[in-house]
Amino acid sequence: MLTYVAKRLLHTLPVAFGVSIVCFMLVHIAPGDPLTSVLPPDASAQLQAEMRKIYGFDRPLPVQYGLWLLKTLQGDLGVSIATGRPVASELWRALGNTLMLAVLATVIGFVLGCLFGFVAGYFRGSWLDRLASFVSIIGVSVPHYWLGMVLVIIFSVQLNWLPATGAGPGGSADWAWDWVHVRHLILPAVTMSVIPMGIVARTVRALVADILSQEFIVGQRAKGLLDAGVFRHVVKNAAPTALAVMGLQLGYLLGGSILIETVFSWPGTGFLLGQAIFQRDLPLLQGTILVLAMFFVGLNLIVDVVQTMLDPRVQRS
Amino acid sequence: MTAATLEAIAKVEKSPGYWSGVLRRIARDPVAMFALCVIVAMILMAIFAPWIAPADPYRGQMLRRLRPIGTAGFPLGTDELGRDMLTRLIYGARLSLTMGVTPVIIAFFIGSAIGITAGYVGGKLNSALMRTIDVFFAFPSVLLAIALSGALGAGIFNGLLSLTIVFIPPIARIAESVTTAVRKIEYVEAARASGASGFTIVRVHVLGNVIGPIFVYATGLISVSLILASGLSFLGLGVKPPEPEWGLMLNTLRNAIYVQPWVAALPGLMIFITSISFNLLSDGLRSAMDIKA
Amino acid sequence: MSAPLLSVSGLTKHFPLKGGLFGRSTGTVRAVDGITFDVAEGETLGIVGESGCGKSTTARLLVDLITPDSGSIRLGGKEIGPDLSVRDLRRQVQMVFQDSYASLNPRLTMEDAISFGPMVGGMAGNKAVALARDLLARVGLDPSRFAGRYPHELSGGQRQRVNIARALAFSPKIVVLDEAVSALDKSVEAQVLNLLADLKAELGLTYIFISHDLNVVRYMSDRVMVMYLGQVAEIGPVEALYAAPAHPYSQALLAAMPSMDPDRRTMEAPLAGDPPNPINPPSGCRFHTRCRLADTVCSKGDPGLYVMPEAGHLAACHIHVPGSGHRDATSRAGVTA
Repeated sequence: MLTYVAKRLLHTLPVAFGVSIVCFMLVHIAPGDPLTSVLPPDASAQLQAEMRKIYGFDRPLPVQYGLWLLKTLQGDLGVSIATGRPVASELWRALGNTLMLAVLATVIGFVLGCLFGFVAGYFRGSWLDRLASFVSIIGVSVPHYWLGMVLVIIFSVQLNWLPATGAGPGGSADWAWDWVHVRHLILPAVTMSVIPMGIVARTVRALVADILSQEFIVGQRAKGLLDAGVFRHVVKNAAPTALAVMGLQLGYLLGGSILIETVFSWPGTGFLLGQAIFQRDLPLLQGTILVLAMFFVGLNLIVDVVQTMLDPRVQRS
Repeated sequence: MTAATLEAIAKVEKSPGYWSGVLRRIARDPVAMFALCVIVAMILMAIFAPWIAPADPYRGQMLRRLRPIGTAGFPLGTDELGRDMLTRLIYGARLSLTMGVTPVIIAFFIGSAIGITAGYVGGKLNSALMRTIDVFFAFPSVLLAIALSGALGAGIFNGLLSLTIVFIPPIARIAESVTTAVRKIEYVEAARASGASGFTIVRVHVLGNVIGPIFVYATGLISVSLILASGLSFLGLGVKPPEPEWGLMLNTLRNAIYVQPWVAALPGLMIFITSISFNLLSDGLRSAMDIKA
Repeated sequence: MSAPLLSVSGLTKHFPLKGGLFGRSTGTVRAVDGITFDVAEGETLGIVGESGCGKSTTARLLVDLITPDSGSIRLGGKEIGPDLSVRDLRRQVQMVFQDSYASLNPRLTMEDAISFGPMVGGMAGNKAVALARDLLARVGLDPSRFAGRYPHELSGGQRQRVNIARALAFSPKIVVLDEAVSALDKSVEAQVLNLLADLKAELGLTYIFISHDLNVVRYMSDRVMVMYLGQVAEIGPVEALYAAPAHPYSQALLAAMPSMDPDRRTMEAPLAGDPPNPINPPSGCRFHTRCRLADTVCSKGDPGLYVMPEAGHLAACHIHVPGSGHRDATSRAGVTA
């Protein structure tokens, strides 16, 4: 087991290294000079040259990468061009908000997905299966940013039950666990939960149908074992895979929250990313993407290790 | 050669091939057929937009802004610049479908080529290619698409490029795993024992057996790609105004949800219908090809 | 014996085992470890042994599906590599695999499957198809019914006939049959064996017949080679070897053979346990860990193949080598000499 964890860690390192290269290159694939976003368009040639030297853009790419990596490893992600504040501190505040949103959405999606998936798999072929499968296919097909708009139209514009945007009254960014704040969380979280709901439901349906067709379960049922016993078998066998899917979905939501955060003006990393794109704030873009991707890499690692611990059948190769 | 066999050559009973069986099975699947009809209708709508659409997609009347659904002359209302919604939704199919489907098609060819090569050749080449693919896999697809087009800037070409890069790794990975599995089956060994070159073996024996699963997987990505492509335009990346594109229309109509909420929601409905149709067709194809999910 | 058609000398194949933290090699599987044998033109050499003894690896080495680490294969006096290209080898030595279903491409019709090889070899398409149909007729499948069929539409026996037809498409000199009938029903197996015998007589073929079924090997073969953990334990004419097996392993194998005679029923297992791990084979004679005659010398030295009194009969056992140091060596050698 320890060898497996060590091997998996060693496999992750080159991936993380590659991710850092991709993130570093983001600034350099941008059209034109990376400086054009910093300098006014009418800057003199001399000023441009000076700035280039200050930012280190005159050095060869590998050297630039090395220096950048060194800074990044020390937690210095550069300075936002738009606000002039360190990217790391901007990110830190936003990350908490996104994490809260993504975790809640994953939990909702997991519970609903398990429910739909279990019903569909248990009553395979019945109208319940078709209904649950249809709901799950809607979950993976719906453009979630549009679903967010529709929910806003229904619950904010028409019914006026819940707030349409922001994380708190008057656009304040300070979070508190009271109804005034939590009601802001409901619509974005429900919207976001639709994707993992669909995927978890599909996975659980396949797992349950597969387990129920296995001989030991058919035997149990034939022996007249109570459905509770069968249920326990199913849960025990399906849980590791379902949990792994949930873990990965959390990672996808963390990285893919930008569209929903834009719809709801939720002050998280996605919103920050949206701002960075809108203002062509490349250091902010780079830093945000690096952190989110690294989060995803780490989560993948944890999911793999946990799944191997839970399920001895998973090949440790 | 005996006379009997010579004679027999003239009349050989031919069994229907694999793909004709797939077509026959999917033709009996009502859900998949319905989805196919919707997709064909969308494509026809995109192609014949200038003949079907009642108005000019770019010209608006400032006096008739944000009219509700059912207004005389504007059956689906007007947008924030007074342009006919029905017309723009019809025209929108052109860019939305192109932006959504093209990246998957290109990625299907490139990803299959990479994956099949890696899978068949194996060894160090496989490791090198797959480790590179792993790096791109380490990004959630939405994040990678946004990162790339965010850095490249808005524009149709940049959007297509970003999405293609996003979909190459997953397709290559599937292609690699099915090819690796097929390569170990004995008929490939038998073909090697007959002295065929690697290229011939891949063409005759590998391709026919791996392209099905890769194709089904790629069709499943189209729905994701449609949502992502429109999502990029929704964020102000991808297609630029005043082009009619569903995601972009959703973006520009966002502020109108307090005035004409259901008009504002229409472009998203189009994305949804197209995306779910591709998903249903892909599911039908999967079961017709008898591939386990 | 005249010059052999196929001459194998010191053939060796070790597979590295990858594992551990950095994917470093953690050991080698000695699948085939220095085997030497000849096959005369027109004969059938049977190869027997437990699973994992290197039978299938030997077969794949013979048609160059895997490249040997060392040793040489000579075909008609020409050494593969320096004198004879792998391409030519493959035309003259063809193989039939055990799994009749996996050895046929599910997307190809039978005639396409058979004509693929000749077409690769440069034959025109229509000629290759005509050849394929002719071969189908030869293996007892009506071309008008079977040429356009796909593998899943055929029974196991029919598929194996197609595999034989495909192997014959090159007009090979040698056909390697790797457990080719093992997966078939007994009645179908008999039909395919008869077909193989007929084809051999008709086309003057040479067979290398690999099987774990000793009865079938006896029926098919002129000579038999017994393999144990990647090495040759014994090789000799089939009747001599079955009548008086010289190697204790062959004796145990034959004793385990089911008999039709109720008086000769096997009462206890002649061989206990599984063969040792080929990653770390026992020292000396590899069989000594399971051998009822094992002596101290057996764990020390590799006996090597020793010529027995009957023509062409060789066995790798210290007991037959006078002065080998085995406690029974001299007496037994004295008896047979």
